[in-house]
Amino acid sequence: MTVLFYLSASVAVLATLLFVVASNTVHALLNLIVSFVAIALILLLLGAPFAAALEIIIYAGAIMVLFVFVIMMLHMGPTSVDQERRRLGFRIWWGPAVLALILVAEVGFLIVTGGVTAESGPRPVGPKEVGLVLLGPYVLGVELASILLLPGILGAYYLGRRRREGP
Amino acid sequence: MSGPLVVHTMMLAGILFAFGLIGFLARRNVLFMLMSVEVMLNAAGLGFIAAGARWGQADGQIMFMFILTLAAAEVPVALALVLQVHRRIRTLDADAVTLMAG
Repeated sequence: MTVLFYLSASVAVLATLLFVVASNTVHALLNLIVSFVAIALILLLLGAPFAAALEIIIYAGAIMVLFVFVIMMLHMGPTSVDQERRRLGFRIWWGPAVLALILVAEVGFLIVTGGVTAESGPRPVGPKEVGLVLLGPYVLGVELASILLLPGILGAYYLGRRRREGP
Repeated sequence: MSGPLVVHTMMLAGILFAFGLIGFLARRNVLFMLMSVEVMLNAAGLGFIAAGARWGQADGQIMFMFILTLAAAEVPVALALVLQVHRRIRTLDADAVTLMAG
């Protein structure tokens, strides 16, 4: 299992490095998603399966899809088709593909060999315990998070609407 | 078993945070800067989870969920601002946004 940890850490660092040096926004986004998936695997190995699932669902799923939507909205025009044709070359996607294949191999190894044990701590902390603590001592934080999310929705709606004319 | 792995996870979180900071400071594309902020937030969450796993407590994951909520609330607002900037001055360059002439 320790080997898997260091493999995932290497993949995360490599993908983030590729993200920083990428010149194209879409390529950077691909590498960033691979990096998040690698970090989710690290969280699984650290004995935090619920956080790993959240990392995949919310970070690699929802937030990155928002970025994809915005890139799609900004990259409009007749030149984008040519750009897409040029981007689909093997030279572009082999990096994220290889890194993602390493992660898939790790997940397959974990499935074949059985359950994941707590690598670094006394024991794994499952979703039930997290939920009990979240709605117990931290219930005020949950309420504050809901107060934060509502202005998030309203602000995104207000700022994102298309104004007619004028300033 | 509990010692080096947590330390190495913290080192990994530090490395990822440094990458995010470099990306945030070096890039002038607004979308790149936002994604770098995501990398930094994620690295901070990773550090919290490593600390929580070291002691077998759920508090680290709670803090990770709060960071996640913060990111989820921040990203749509920031992306709406990016859309507005692109709609008005037709660029994503952060240095070109000088409408306030500060």
